[in-house]
Amino acid sequence: MKDVLKQLARDLKAEKLRTFLTIFGIVWGTVAISLMLAFGTGLHTQLIKSTAGLGDRIVIAWPGLTSIPFEGLGKGRKIRITDDDLTTARGNVPGLKALSAEYSNNLKVEYGTKTLSVDTSGVAPEFGSMRNLIPQAGGRFIDDIDLAEQRRTAFIGNKLAKDIFGETPAVGKTITVNQSPFLVVGVLVEKDQDSSYSGRDNEKMFIPSTTFRALNGDKYVDNFVFQAAASTDTKAVIEKLRSALGGRLRFDAKDKEALSMWDTTEQFQFFDTFMLAFNAFLGIIGVLTLVVGGIGVSNIMNVVVEERTREIGIKMALGAKQRWILSQFLFETMLVTFLGGAIGFAISLTVCAIFPKLGLAEYVGNPVVSPLVAALTSLALGLVGLVAGYFPARDAARLDPVVAMKL
Amino acid sequence: MTTQNHIIRMDDIRKTYDTGKVKVDALKGIHLEIEKGEMIAIVGPSGSGKSTLMNLIGCLDTPTSGTYEIGGQAVSGVTRDELAEIRNRRVGFVFQAFNLLPHITALENVELPMLFGGIKPAERHKRASELLERVGLGDRLDHKPTELSGGQMQRVAIARALAMEPDIVLADEPTGNLDSSAGGDIMSIFTDLWQQGRTIVIITHDPALSRRASRVVEIHDGRITSDQATNAAA
Ligand SMILES: Nc1ncnc2c1ncn2[C@@H]1O[C@H](COP(=O)(O)OP(=O)(O)OP(=O)(O)O)[C@@H](O)[C@H]1O
Ligand SMILES: [Mg+2]
Repeated sequence: MKDVLKQLARDLKAEKLRTFLTIFGIVWGTVAISLMLAFGTGLHTQLIKSTAGLGDRIVIAWPGLTSIPFEGLGKGRKIRITDDDLTTARGNVPGLKALSAEYSNNLKVEYGTKTLSVDTSGVAPEFGSMRNLIPQAGGRFIDDIDLAEQRRTAFIGNKLAKDIFGETPAVGKTITVNQSPFLVVGVLVEKDQDSSYSGRDNEKMFIPSTTFRALNGDKYVDNFVFQAAASTDTKAVIEKLRSALGGRLRFDAKDKEALSMWDTTEQFQFFDTFMLAFNAFLGIIGVLTLVVGGIGVSNIMNVVVEERTREIGIKMALGAKQRWILSQFLFETMLVTFLGGAIGFAISLTVCAIFPKLGLAEYVGNPVVSPLVAALTSLALGLVGLVAGYFPARDAARLDPVVAMKL
Repeated sequence: MTTQNHIIRMDDIRKTYDTGKVKVDALKGIHLEIEKGEMIAIVGPSGSGKSTLMNLIGCLDTPTSGTYEIGGQAVSGVTRDELAEIRNRRVGFVFQAFNLLPHITALENVELPMLFGGIKPAERHKRASELLERVGLGDRLDHKPTELSGGQMQRVAIARALAMEPDIVLADEPTGNLDSSAGGDIMSIFTDLWQQGRTIVIITHDPALSRRASRVVEIHDGRITSDQATNAAA
């Protein structure tokens, strides 16, 4: 075993250029594949994160002006929706999992010497889970009792919390909102978000919708957010909700302007399809890279066999068994493959470590060399190396020593 | 002549090379027995089958038909690996073209058969140094073949042939690539080895060399046409 390795080191040293070329080929293949997949994973994670920042397969709806005459009523009429309308409509639409009204305004927040104008939403408890507004440890979102009793409680964005309280804990503190004291019950965990419909959640404040209405005298919702029990039913739920509200508020269910909706599940579907296509693309490129690399390695090994045919003949004449010749070639290929793979991974990891510093993460995410990708790539390369090494090695060991020595 | 003394026993050995288009009958029924301690010169014109016979004796190749025993062991129906083992333990080769490995030192070249024979590293090193010393290359252990003269390379090859203490040493025109002075030196080494009791078979075109052998076998067109003992004494 030690002799085999010693011989190996000697042969590799004697064939510097060839060894370099082979290792370079494998390094290139490994870097290409693991970086491609790493960036793919990073992009996927980023897409999920930014979409999840918006919400968990939700639909956001805004009342607007009618654009189609309905039952003798002209167009251009303003549609106004109340909590009652929503509660009634909800009862008529099966398959609806959650629904929350949203009232919005800029409110004056005071704490100590600080005064800020804060984008505030009055919402129901369900809003929190629909919009992925997850509280940091020790806090909570608005709950049913807050809503029922019109409590003056507030859930605030993490950036807002920092602006007001600095590094000291926010939960349990009392802030003044439009001259009324509010208890901070929760702070948002940091989340990636670059799609939104009304400002970033980390700078916002959420209070119970009942409290909001009492504070501001609002009667009509600014918008509302809902979620189907099964995301595949979203289209049907939208239609039912439109006709339920249309019947009650007297607008045409087909009137997209009277009640405009943003179905974020469409975006999910797009991402899912996009990622599927993207992964297929990466997969094909990866397989081709491996195949081309494998052919290269295999060819180089074949050239070696020809160069060394005489040497193999001599060794066999001196009593080397086929197994010896075979294992030397296999070892050589595997060592070269392993070396190339290891260097390739090191390069990929370095790139992934440096990449976040370039500040492009917001657009394409941070590449991650996942353990699965790592395992698969090394497995594939090992296999390529094995196949590439096996056939030339077998050919070499099958040579007739007399013939081989004459070459 | 007892059976135990026969190192080589060939009976009606034939070898046909089938190149696909033509069949060449290189050996057409060879009977040959070689005793321990003999030094045999095989002579004959080019293409008569000398190298073919040598390859069969050395188990580098197998006959098309006939029976062959080396050291009492029948060589028929054995696997390639078993042939390799026979070559390793029983035969030492010296080739016209030296056939040393160019990337490794003289010492490592001599160690090679012992590596395949499973000899321990320390023992390999000791034996290889001793053998190189014996052929007069004690000061060239770490030289690579390219740094040696032809005569020196052939001496490394002889040391390598002796590494596994073989039953028989086979040399195919060992002086063919050397000038007459270097050739004479190599021939003297073989004569010395024979006088120390080794069994040696040498193919040669040189009548001066064949006169040094104890027995001369002549081959013409795949057949032995003459097999005579000489006056040379061990
Ligand atoms: N591998 C082979 N394939 C086909 N024919 C071969 C092969 N090796 C030898 N021969 C043929 O067998 C015959 C004997 O060849 P061999 O090499 O034994 O001759 P030789 O006596 O050693 O000649 P030389 O003195 O020139 O070395 C020749 O006709 C040769 O062409
Ligand atoms: Mg010949």
